[in-house]
Amino acid sequence: MAKKKNSLFNMTSSLFLITAIAAFGLAKVYDATKGPIEEAEKLKTETAIKEVIPPFESLETGEIKCFDSEETLTVYYGISGGDTTGIAVESFTKNGFSGLITVMVGFLPDGTINQSKVLKHAETPGLGSKMEENKFKNQFTEKHPSEYKLQVKKDGGDVDAITASTITSRAYCDAIDRAYKSIWEGGTK
Amino acid sequence: MNQWTNFTKGFIKENPVFVLLLGMCPTLGVTTSAINGIGMGLATTFVLVMSNVIISLIKNFIPSSVRIPSFIVIIATFVTIVDLSMKAYIPDLHAQLGLFIPLIVVNCIVLGRAEAFASKNNVVSSLIDGLSMGLGFAFALGLLGAVREILGAGSVFDFKFINPEADGILVFVLAPGAFIALGYLIALINSLRKS
Amino acid sequence: MEYIVIVISAIFVSNIVLAQFLGVCPFLGVSKKVSTSVGMGGAVLFVMTLATLVTYIIQTYILTPFDLEYMQTIVFILVIASLVQMVEIMLKKISPPLYQALGIFLPLITTNCAVLGVAILVITKEFNMMESLVFAVANAIGFTLALVLFAGLREHLDLMKVPKGMRGIPIALVTAGILALAFMGFANLV
Repeated sequence: MAKKKNSLFNMTSSLFLITAIAAFGLAKVYDATKGPIEEAEKLKTETAIKEVIPPFESLETGEIKCFDSEETLTVYYGISGGDTTGIAVESFTKNGFSGLITVMVGFLPDGTINQSKVLKHAETPGLGSKMEENKFKNQFTEKHPSEYKLQVKKDGGDVDAITASTITSRAYCDAIDRAYKSIWEGGTK
Repeated sequence: MNQWTNFTKGFIKENPVFVLLLGMCPTLGVTTSAINGIGMGLATTFVLVMSNVIISLIKNFIPSSVRIPSFIVIIATFVTIVDLSMKAYIPDLHAQLGLFIPLIVVNCIVLGRAEAFASKNNVVSSLIDGLSMGLGFAFALGLLGAVREILGAGSVFDFKFINPEADGILVFVLAPGAFIALGYLIALINSLRKS
Repeated sequence: MEYIVIVISAIFVSNIVLAQFLGVCPFLGVSKKVSTSVGMGGAVLFVMTLATLVTYIIQTYILTPFDLEYMQTIVFILVIASLVQMVEIMLKKISPPLYQALGIFLPLITTNCAVLGVAILVITKEFNMMESLVFAVANAIGFTLALVLFAGLREHLDLMKVPKGMRGIPIALVTAGILALAFMGFANLV
């Protein structure tokens, strides 16, 4: 078959056709993947909640206002036999080395930190990404923020920073601090 | 051209990374571990194969002066398909590769093969060319990822072979290590190709 | 966020080439001479700022309100490609000397992943328009700085006795690695 001529009609029509088909196809793919993407995100949140608070039978979801800004945080109450067994807060910090870090922070009903898990981050692999390791995370377990200072030792707090990643460590403390303060101080249910 | 040589060229002889030096950004950016490298390589392979096939199918219907924009639209479409599917079915790997998935669209290998090969050859050859270049790319990224993971974290494919508490030579996981490891790998491949 | 923090972190702390690996192709390709690397840097500054502004407006006022975020990649790359073409044509008419200086670099910029990378990054970082502009300019400066420094090093490398297998790209990559190592010294600046 001969090549098409470079006439204005041929150029616009072929470009238009290709773009139209591409847009149509993408819309279909977007529709098809929309469900699974939401599913995957939901699953990730659920797994994180199970990891950070003690076992529970049912889950209640609520929203609280952030203690220092207008944003809201999603809170999950783990309930077992009528009693609250733990509270998981989807907290965040903007002080990370490269952008937003989202952390699921789990508390016991009295405010003691149970466990935490990073949901989303863009920290440097090998440095800041070490906040995901138990070595760093476990130091918060069983500490109560009223007597445990949520700051790195360099700033006069009680937290051992990750080697060569002070910024990330500070940010992590900030996220936990935001979760605690929003529930127990200032934040309204 | 013999289809077998067409297929094997991408691995060593015309390897897109080690020999043609294309697609350096993802090569350096995502190879902190072998898995990441291979994942990125396979995502690129999909885009490369699909865009090569489509372009070779419709090459006669596109006027030559709007050739490049048409190719870009086709490539970007497949990149978005990969992006959405990975987000849906392998969200962890998607989160690791992050920005570098949409950036496949500006990976010089993809547009380069479309322009240099698919727009001049038939569908079967273009398909094999895409597979060859894509898998060669995946091979290079996997190799670089494995080297960096072994040296930098003391593990390979997430299997740790040193004391689990210990660190590797951290610099190889970090940015400088990417440049240095790739530099020595290219030197090694060069000398292997010549001997 | 304070602008000064954005600027310093984009130029030094997480340099777009040496820490984020965006724009490595031109970094290796046009870094043989200091003079050409300055030209390339200028062209990138021009296109990156303009492209970020236009894609930001499109994202905020068209893609997000109409729920078309999945068209992001395709729209952004088309915008950048046509922008580069337009800049080329306009420069030719308005300022021939500038066109002579930047002209040969412009076509290379379409496939410079730093431009698309920054356009997408300002969206994922949820910057406002002013922050996005500052971020784009700072990243372009960071790109130019890395490129010019590297070109200076490579000019000296040409005069060195390098083992045969390491000549050319391998030694250039190792040099880039050492430069990246030096930039890591800025890590605690912000």
